[in-house]
Amino acid sequence: MYIKSVIAGAIASVGIAAAALAADVKVGFVYVGPVGDYGWTYEHDQGRLAVEKHFGDKVETVYQELVPEGADSERVMTQMALQGADLIFTTSFGYMEPTINVAEKFPNVKFEHATGYMRADNVSTYSARFYEGRAIQGHIAGKMTKTNKVGYIGSFPIPEVVRGINSAFIHARKVNPDVEFNIVWIYTWFDPAKEADAATALIEQGCDVVLQHTDSTAPQAAAEKAGGVITFGQASDMAMFKPTPRVSSIIDDWAPYYIARTQAVLDGTWTSTDTWDGIGPGMVGIGEITSAVPADVKAEALAMKDAIASGDYHPFTGPINKQDGSVWLAAGETADDGTLLGMNFYVEGIKGDVPQ
Amino acid sequence: MLKLEKRLQQSKKWIYLSPFLAVVITMISGGILFTILGENPFEAIRIIFWDPLFDPNFASYSRPQLLVKAGPLILIAIGLSFGFKAGVWNIGAEGQYIMGAIFGAGLALAFYPMESKLIFPLMIIAGALGGFLWGMIPAFLKAKLNANEILVSLMLVYVAESILASVSQGLLKNPDGYGFPGSRNLQKYESAANVEIISNSGMHWGVLFAFITVIFSYIVLTRHIQGFNIQLTGEAPRAAKFAGVNPTANIVFCLGISGALAGLAGMFEVAGPSGQITIEFNSGYGFTAIIVAFLGRLHPVGILLSGLLIALTYIGGELAQLMLGLPGASIQLFQGMLLFFLLATDLFANYRVKIGTN
Repeated sequence: MYIKSVIAGAIASVGIAAAALAADVKVGFVYVGPVGDYGWTYEHDQGRLAVEKHFGDKVETVYQELVPEGADSERVMTQMALQGADLIFTTSFGYMEPTINVAEKFPNVKFEHATGYMRADNVSTYSARFYEGRAIQGHIAGKMTKTNKVGYIGSFPIPEVVRGINSAFIHARKVNPDVEFNIVWIYTWFDPAKEADAATALIEQGCDVVLQHTDSTAPQAAAEKAGGVITFGQASDMAMFKPTPRVSSIIDDWAPYYIARTQAVLDGTWTSTDTWDGIGPGMVGIGEITSAVPADVKAEALAMKDAIASGDYHPFTGPINKQDGSVWLAAGETADDGTLLGMNFYVEGIKGDVPQ
Repeated sequence: MLKLEKRLQQSKKWIYLSPFLAVVITMISGGILFTILGENPFEAIRIIFWDPLFDPNFASYSRPQLLVKAGPLILIAIGLSFGFKAGVWNIGAEGQYIMGAIFGAGLALAFYPMESKLIFPLMIIAGALGGFLWGMIPAFLKAKLNANEILVSLMLVYVAESILASVSQGLLKNPDGYGFPGSRNLQKYESAANVEIISNSGMHWGVLFAFITVIFSYIVLTRHIQGFNIQLTGEAPRAAKFAGVNPTANIVFCLGISGALAGLAGMFEVAGPSGQITIEFNSGYGFTAIIVAFLGRLHPVGILLSGLLIALTYIGGELAQLMLGLPGASIQLFQGMLLFFLLATDLFANYRVKIGTN
């Protein structure tokens, strides 16, 4: 590519400049939301801070927040690479193609893209099995709802989000055959105003449990205001809403992964990989289940968590039918990762369609 | 005591002076903001306004990026300026931009994987047509039912966003994309790719079109009867009526041309820098272009300069975040100040400041 030679020259000059600095490795982070969202981006930034703390002077980190997905993110990544970053984490699904494009131009820089599926020699992917946490949420939601209506705020109808809805729904139905899910799509990861509107609309429709797959605490605040509604912290603990409305949470813990990958770059052992870890390895954490949850429900939830962590239980274990009634998993069969990664259908019992 | 006295006529001098004054005041206030955030204000301002153009490490990359960012802003803003001069308020360029991209990409994907030299020119026509048709909806409703074009065009942005979400997951979805939303990458489809005309210059076909449009609109506004009609309608609607200007034709022309140019911008973006139709494809160019149009005084050359300036604050702002670790919101605040001070300094064009008690 024509741009390569120019950029190669720029890399060389940056390389010389970087060598003079104290840090051995520079790690960049590209965030879709603000670091203060107390959700998705907040936890990635906690991971970044953990890297700084762990390596001290050996590693320097830089980050950029509120980076729109698409062409703008490509420029941000390029500038990071030009500035001398050795390892760049791009932490949103929409950065996938830009990450691949920039990685092509900087073969000596390592890239890690969260939640995507495109890899290259210098591009790894990583994600967490959030659906394991969703199973526990679904169980608590099914037990605790009095109106039998659970609201679900969806961001984008991509497999990761659809998978979470299915996992929560299966486990809610298991303990409460009358439960229904009301799902709204707001087409954004982070927009407190839209998230609050969606939560309020769901509560007005009679939902007394609101689950969210968006990054801000706005739905928590809306639930607190309405009263009598329970929620779960998403991506981060959102502990400021304890003990209600937030009764538990799914916590993404990226710190160990970020430290391990930075170490690999320091050691020169970094290779392109695909990581998808859950509760067992600790990438997905379950935040404190508060006193608002009855003791027996809490005990069941914790037992499920332990069973998932040990590998004894897979949240997608048959018999499970697809929404149209056709068999997806026979009794005792568990879902394979390939199907889960591309999941674009609802399971039996969910009303409405995955937007197409 | 300071007193404001209304000028009988707008001050020509201040119309051109106030954008510069606004930039200077923004730099000073921004400097204070950055000082409060614990940064050296001179360094921050230098990184925003100077480094993207002249820093030895970044400039070779960010100078071309300036054109990439400014191209769609200028293209859309020129289109909007026709309507704004004539009192036709198209606030929905973002929607027309989306529809242009969908039409352009849709046409390309219909031909995929056929290679032909005709595909790209056809995409240009399709992109302009998409934006034009989307602009014709508020034009029709305004002409026939006198519906407010500000509201209609703005609301149509949200309709366009919904259509964008729908085609990203359905009609235009990449069949090899594992069920994830988003179209094929047009950068990898040779016949449809909007490539740089000169290597590493940032000068893709859309930027060239933007420059041509600047010249074209300058000629129309200064030499053509339609330009005269537009100015007249904006400044003296009754006089325009007596002069035989057809108000319906005027609305159709203004919304049509701004829609078509916004559609073109969207098509060039999807075939080039963005490459893909995705749910979050649009990133606010259609709204930012409104600021560009006014900052440029609705004058073609002014819009060219203000488009480049706004692009510079974006790219420099990103650099400042990266180099100094400034919060993203502080850069947005800085950009907001620019518009705020522009509106504030506009006061001097219409009023005279007098010192005294009488």
